[in-house]
Amino acid sequence: MLTRMSGNRGIIRAAGYVPYRRLDRSAIAKTFGSGGGRGTRAVAGFDEDTTTMGVEAARFALRGGEVTADALWFATASPAYLDKTNACTIHAALRLDTDVPALDFGGALRSGIGALRTALEANGTTLVVASDTRNGLPTSGDESAGGDGAAAVLVGSDDAGPVIAELIGAASATEEFIDRWRAPGSPRSKQWEERFGETKYVPLGDRAWNAALKQAELSPGDVNLLLVTGMHARAAKALAGKLGAVNAASADDLTATVGNAGTAQPLLALAHALESAAPDQVIALVVLADGVEVLLFRTTAAIAGYRPARTVASQIAGGADLPYGKFLSWKEIVTLEPPRRPEPDRISASVSGRTEEWKYAFVGSRDRSSGALHLPPTRVSRVGDTIDDMEPAPMADIEGTIQIITIDRIAYSPSPPITFAIVDFDGGGRLPVEMTDVNADDLKIGDRVEMTFRKLFTADDIHNYFWKARLAPGVGE
Amino acid sequence: MASKGIKDQVAIVGMGCTKFGEHWDKGADDLLIESSTAALAAAGIAKDDVDAYWLGTAMGAPSGLTLARPLQLHDKPVTHVINHCATGSETIRNAAYAVASGAYDIAMAIGVEKVKDSGYQGLVGAGKPPTDGTNRTLTAAAMFAMCAPAYGNKYGVSEEQVRETLARIAWKNHYNGARNSRAQFRREVSMETICGAPLMAGGLGVYDCSGVADGSAAAIVVRAEDALRYTDTPIYIKALSLVAGNCSGNADPDYDYTHFPEIAAAGRDAYAQAGITDPRRQLAMAEVHDCFTPAELLIMEDLGFAERGAAWKEVLAGTFDLQGELPVNPDGGLKSFGHPVGASGVRMAFEAYLQLRGEAPAERTIAHADRGLALTHNLGGYPGEMVSFVGIWGNELG
Repeated sequence: MLTRMSGNRGIIRAAGYVPYRRLDRSAIAKTFGSGGGRGTRAVAGFDEDTTTMGVEAARFALRGGEVTADALWFATASPAYLDKTNACTIHAALRLDTDVPALDFGGALRSGIGALRTALEANGTTLVVASDTRNGLPTSGDESAGGDGAAAVLVGSDDAGPVIAELIGAASATEEFIDRWRAPGSPRSKQWEERFGETKYVPLGDRAWNAALKQAELSPGDVNLLLVTGMHARAAKALAGKLGAVNAASADDLTATVGNAGTAQPLLALAHALESAAPDQVIALVVLADGVEVLLFRTTAAIAGYRPARTVASQIAGGADLPYGKFLSWKEIVTLEPPRRPEPDRISASVSGRTEEWKYAFVGSRDRSSGALHLPPTRVSRVGDTIDDMEPAPMADIEGTIQIITIDRIAYSPSPPITFAIVDFDGGGRLPVEMTDVNADDLKIGDRVEMTFRKLFTADDIHNYFWKARLAPGVGE
Repeated sequence: MASKGIKDQVAIVGMGCTKFGEHWDKGADDLLIESSTAALAAAGIAKDDVDAYWLGTAMGAPSGLTLARPLQLHDKPVTHVINHCATGSETIRNAAYAVASGAYDIAMAIGVEKVKDSGYQGLVGAGKPPTDGTNRTLTAAAMFAMCAPAYGNKYGVSEEQVRETLARIAWKNHYNGARNSRAQFRREVSMETICGAPLMAGGLGVYDCSGVADGSAAAIVVRAEDALRYTDTPIYIKALSLVAGNCSGNADPDYDYTHFPEIAAAGRDAYAQAGITDPRRQLAMAEVHDCFTPAELLIMEDLGFAERGAAWKEVLAGTFDLQGELPVNPDGGLKSFGHPVGASGVRMAFEAYLQLRGEAPAERTIAHADRGLALTHNLGGYPGEMVSFVGIWGNELG
């Protein structure tokens, strides 16, 4: 049993990332005659994985803030790599200092909420990133109910930055039982008969709930907003009805729009809830994942002034439909005929090491004497020919304008055709960049774009991460 | 530019050129033997008479052994050169400079490419160095496709007019290629077919892109003063220029994709070497690098064949047709020949050699051969980052 929280530790910033594409669940039954359901699910682009989505969520969380993390923890049940630490890629994309550790919490769905809880109960300022892609065989419940997404929560104390939601209680209940499992490398999860899991989750939830309330010295009626998440939807619903939070509104668990993003789900839904939360509200987060975690927060006055660089709500409102055939291709359920072009070679570790700032963080160089911007960075200026008189020019958060567009129908791509645009960045600098999250025919000269971290291809099991551009949201989003 | 040039110091006295096409039954060795044998015969010499060889291949095994083995050369220097799509022209440039230096009396420049063994669509680059994976993944077609709308926007040429202009270039080159027994494609293609072809990249259809072919071509170069010992009709080298750009175009917001500064620079240098002041009226013909139709359009302006913003009108007016004021790609160009990278530049010089010697067949004879000067041009790379070669050839000294 935890001791009473000191009250000044909690969430400093939080943001979610919802990929651009949506599968209309009704498309599944139209193809196979069964499966699917109502609403939509979010689908990671063919050029996204849990690492790239984690980068995007972390960028939304950190952008515009003064606080920087002194630790980065990354949790996913769908890691891009085993053995190699995926958090290091996020660390590089965020340009965190070398002395900031980057650690993976891997494998289980519980690792996301576990990382958040551990950060809340630890010291220092920790950026917790959770990300997941959820797959299933065609017509399965996991295929339609699952969702892809990520969230990032910056955890720390008031002395690091104003806490927008302080932790006031936390409890856990753990038990070994077989409910949901997946063999490493398998394209699908499996689940035991649902009723059995429900008989386990509900009493565990009740136990953790009461312990957390007691620690916070609250009664169920003091909770203003209740958020119950978990892959076992039936048990989550049953538990929510038994908690006695009679005065609490139910927070949107995003399953109707995003789907259940597994490891990321509790953090993503919490980030969404915080976007519209008022000060001095008690928020209860109850997470069912091989046991039950309960976190109780009280929002502070600082939340009134907090808004992430991009809200989850605006990302849900945006987005575009993805045909079911493309979904099946992107999820590697079906394989489409590739262009008759050579597949790319694996990238070089040593070259990538030398160009880390460019490749992972999109940092160019600016010539001090002429001001000319170089993308990629160079040592000799194209204007004035000065040598080694350059300063780093971080461009990941700089928007640009499309000058020319070209669609390549013959180049190799995991999802052809490739669309490139010549982009002139605000304040100088030009680069031909690959466009993503857009139908090529919708692009026009003059469109505003922003950079996004993506996976270009995979060769020899090495993922080639770099930056692409997507349309910038309109003014006001 | 500080090129002094070697005007009238070196002459081509014999050339050979294979048919270009899908030579499923021939390897690079066969093509090299065929073109070199023809070139030696044209000069009336044997392979042992050749003091040194320059071999161009961009996709073949990168050493002189690629030539020495199939030709069974004994104790001869063979230099492998490669410079993107200017590789073929580089063989002549380097062999000519070696002869001009006095180091050798007779040299052979020979280019070859065996492209069709890769099994892929389009050109496949040579062995590439390991990278960080951040390089562009676009094909050349997609890069050159950007030039068409950029040109139209800059000069107020409508999308339809740009389309017609590009089609006219493809139409012209196929018209010429239909009259060339060495061409890969020997069929005229209608404007309607060209405009209605499946899109490859941007607004470029199949007929806006050069073909893919195997081929080889070779030239024998000697000192100009010795030339008449080998032929009555030598072709004298008037200028050889090469520019490797600094690749800043794609990083420079001032670059607008409507011109190729590397080509303009190479052209200026070559004209200065050759003493040409009015290329459109002094040249009898030009072979230019029509890898994609927008490239040929922009080259017309970069090489001074048309005013800036006016080349599209000249194209439509037929200025560059076979019987036009300045025939461009009278042999059919890359459009009809495909582009075996190492051979293309030498193939272009071969057309200049034929036309200036009056040996082109009647159906392909140009109107102003009496001007006595021809230009060949290659670009290698992409808009914003390319090498460019310009050579000028003449049938008389002085």
